[in-house]
Amino acid sequence: MGYPQKPHARETVVLSKHFGDADAKSYKGWVKRGGYEGLQKALAMDPAAVVEEVKASGLRGRGGAGFPTGLKWSFMPKEKKKAHYLCVNADESEPGTFKDREIMRWTPHALLEGTAIAAYAIRAEVAYIYIRGEFTEPLAVMEQALAEANQAGVFKDKVKIYLHRGAGAYICGEETALMNSIEGKRGNPRIKPPFPAAAGVFGMPTTINNVETLAAVPHILTQGAAWYKALCLSNPKSTGTKLFSVCGHVQRPGNYEVTMGFPLKDLLYELCGGVGQGRTLKACIPGGSSVPILTREETEATLLDYEGVVERGSMLGSGGVIVFDDTADMVYQVMRLAKFYAHESCAQCTQCREGTAWTVKIMERILAGQGKMQDLDLLLDLSDNMTGKTICVLSDSCAAPVVSGIKKFKSEFEAYITGKRRPVAAD
Amino acid sequence: MADAAVNLTIDDVPISVPAGTLVIEAAKQAGVLVPHYCYHPGLPVAGVCRMCLVEIEKAPKLQIACATQVAEGMVVRTQSAQAKKGRTSVLELLLINHPLDCPICDQAGECELQDFTFQEGRPATRYSPDYAKRFNPVEDFGPDVLYVPNRCILCTRCVRFMEDVAQEPVLNVSERGDRAYIGIHPDARLDHSWAGNVVDLCPVGSLLSKDFLHKARAWELDKSASVCTGCSQGCNVTLDTRDNVVVRVRPRVNLAVNRYFICDHGRMNYRWMSRGDRIEAPLVKHDGAYRAVDWDEALDHARTALRGAKGKAVALVSPTASTEALFLARRLLDGLDFTGAFQLVMGEAAPLAGVPNLALRPERAPNGTGAELLGYGKDFAAALAAAASAAVVLVLDDPQAAVETAGTLIYLGTVPPEHESARTPDIVLPITNVAEEEGTFVNRDGRVQRYLQAKPAPGMARPAWWVLAELMGNGARGTGKGIQTAADAFDVLAESVDGFAGLSYAELGLGGKTIAAGTLAGVPA
Repeated sequence: MGYPQKPHARETVVLSKHFGDADAKSYKGWVKRGGYEGLQKALAMDPAAVVEEVKASGLRGRGGAGFPTGLKWSFMPKEKKKAHYLCVNADESEPGTFKDREIMRWTPHALLEGTAIAAYAIRAEVAYIYIRGEFTEPLAVMEQALAEANQAGVFKDKVKIYLHRGAGAYICGEETALMNSIEGKRGNPRIKPPFPAAAGVFGMPTTINNVETLAAVPHILTQGAAWYKALCLSNPKSTGTKLFSVCGHVQRPGNYEVTMGFPLKDLLYELCGGVGQGRTLKACIPGGSSVPILTREETEATLLDYEGVVERGSMLGSGGVIVFDDTADMVYQVMRLAKFYAHESCAQCTQCREGTAWTVKIMERILAGQGKMQDLDLLLDLSDNMTGKTICVLSDSCAAPVVSGIKKFKSEFEAYITGKRRPVAAD
Repeated sequence: MADAAVNLTIDDVPISVPAGTLVIEAAKQAGVLVPHYCYHPGLPVAGVCRMCLVEIEKAPKLQIACATQVAEGMVVRTQSAQAKKGRTSVLELLLINHPLDCPICDQAGECELQDFTFQEGRPATRYSPDYAKRFNPVEDFGPDVLYVPNRCILCTRCVRFMEDVAQEPVLNVSERGDRAYIGIHPDARLDHSWAGNVVDLCPVGSLLSKDFLHKARAWELDKSASVCTGCSQGCNVTLDTRDNVVVRVRPRVNLAVNRYFICDHGRMNYRWMSRGDRIEAPLVKHDGAYRAVDWDEALDHARTALRGAKGKAVALVSPTASTEALFLARRLLDGLDFTGAFQLVMGEAAPLAGVPNLALRPERAPNGTGAELLGYGKDFAAALAAAASAAVVLVLDDPQAAVETAGTLIYLGTVPPEHESARTPDIVLPITNVAEEEGTFVNRDGRVQRYLQAKPAPGMARPAWWVLAELMGNGARGTGKGIQTAADAFDVLAESVDGFAGLSYAELGLGGKTIAAGTLAGVPA
């Protein structure tokens, strides 16, 4: 748990160790805390050896998909024929997720160091850090840190790092949309193939990693893959520590760093102090707004790693944990989420452009007390038609909470439709 | 084929196509049209409409046929329940914001949204009539293009055409989600010389031609393959007629000439084909006044005049005349001291940047190359001067020619001579225009291309090749080799003129064939 609280005893602070420590933001302060040792070590190694080290650590992408990081790096062409690029996804926009912001605010050099190591490993001479447009403070901190690091010459001219500020579109967090945005184009996701490792930003081989992923890399270099791999409480396929941004109905919302496999129940009840006095937990979205909702029973049985959450019918996602107590109106919550996706759809794919907006209309009508029972079947069928049929997963992300909401909290939907619950005006 | 062949099965039809072929194109070869909107063979793949969802064995989810390349042993099912559900859903979603104003929409009858909805859409929508549909006012995009955003399905064909083919990216997708629409740069107009193609590319009635606006219903139109007369490029076109009036010109696919496009100059160059002030009967001058006569009498007069002629003969021809007519006019005057020329009108060039060797050419002459191959020169002034002392002057469809001659002046034309000070012809013979006859043009690259008749001839007008063959006495009622059709005329031409050797009218087909290499400077082998 970061600033202003001290970490909970059950947290494993690796990435968040210096959260709240203003001195760690400066280059000197970072070096004093052992910073850039990982980079020095990496630069003394063969790039392929760096990739192997990260592969051995079991580190997986923290942006949401959980793809093994070392494996992703190894997809870059073995024989370098064109310029290679590294993109850093700092466009953290997933509702309920606020971990990358804290990494950049408090430990900008951790990200820069991880970026430089990754760029070296994939033999990229240029790295773009794409920072969410609304992140004014993290951007200022990053700019300052980058200037200091460049002044210190710590990258040894191996990589040139650019900060690129987004203009406020959720979809630009999708990797190929992010690349289009960097190129100055409209932030539309691209059809794959070609995959970024073959043709990414500016058509060149590109690797894209999340902020949290790269912030973990220096630690793997300094403390070794074996150490990182040992950070595991459940499934050996999920290793290391993970930041969870807990928000909603808990006593102590905030970022918590725990070892993979940590019980979600303990995170909520123990670390976060549980729901409010006299309240009970109703539901939880474990991995940012795009993943299916868990019921209380499912939540209490969930272990926080990639496999553990999938086992309970959801996904680890970005680690944005949204908590609902028994006062939450799940119909309203689902409508709000759908509205977000309808607003952010890039408008390319028919299912997403039209389907997200239609979903909102049906949800709003149900909330207004005008819904019909067949609307629920329609929503389920519509969501099915919106899943797995589009270029990116924004459409699927809108469908996930709708489907899980209806399946798990059907009585609440029915209460609006039958008039047992007072209609709610849409906002 | 240079590429390795790939074997696959589409709807149980085994086919073999070159590696790299897209599934949607391979399907066409298997006789399967996968419904699609954003895909167009002349544009870069976008993969956004998601209409062409098909099931591919071993793929975890439905794939879009337009962005998936064939693979050895691939099994594609377009009609599986899953694939059909996916496409039906896309149609339902496209229609929720689409106004059902087909009765007043120009696209109705040739609308891909109508066609595919008819084919595999839901019988009724599940979109409640209580929900509003997206509404945006009609926008004036350019000289001939209107944008009706309410009908737009955001396929982005128009955006990609302007960006990648015209390479003047004035269109974009503005806004996001269901608020999205096609935007135009605030300081720009859709006034590119090839901008009209966006109207053809639009699969629905969202981009409309002002010229064709509310002019005709698609099902009233008769379509005839033709060749554009706008310049020497020879773009393949379709002439759409309603009640025997040409009302629209659209591109006809020819990958070797114009691919899928025509320029706006050619698109608008059709009104003259239906003009009303036509010569409808042969005219013979008697005591300074014209008398309408039947063809037998007119031809007798002309033959008599020609029979006695000696010395110089001048032919002043139009480069819009068919190759057959130009050939027979030349042959008619064989034996005399022949001079032939045509007036070459020049204009601005307008290339289509994204397609090699495709432009509106400055030479506004669809058959200038044919005329040159047949011995007509470009020095019109010299020919006019020679006409003064010629025994016979033949004018072939050039109403502008200011002829002064002491000899016999025979005028074959669609409209009366327009030059007031010039000498009036002795004999006026009414001929058909390009929309009223069959024939061929030779484009600037030496490609001989056929055009078909789109509407009947006015009055007694006959194709120029028929008139000239009759004058030679070897036509229908002559004694020599019978020239009864444009095909006969062309085949005689092919036998007698170098360069055309080996070509036959039938084999030209509707795509044309290139004359022998070396016949014409710059003609590729």
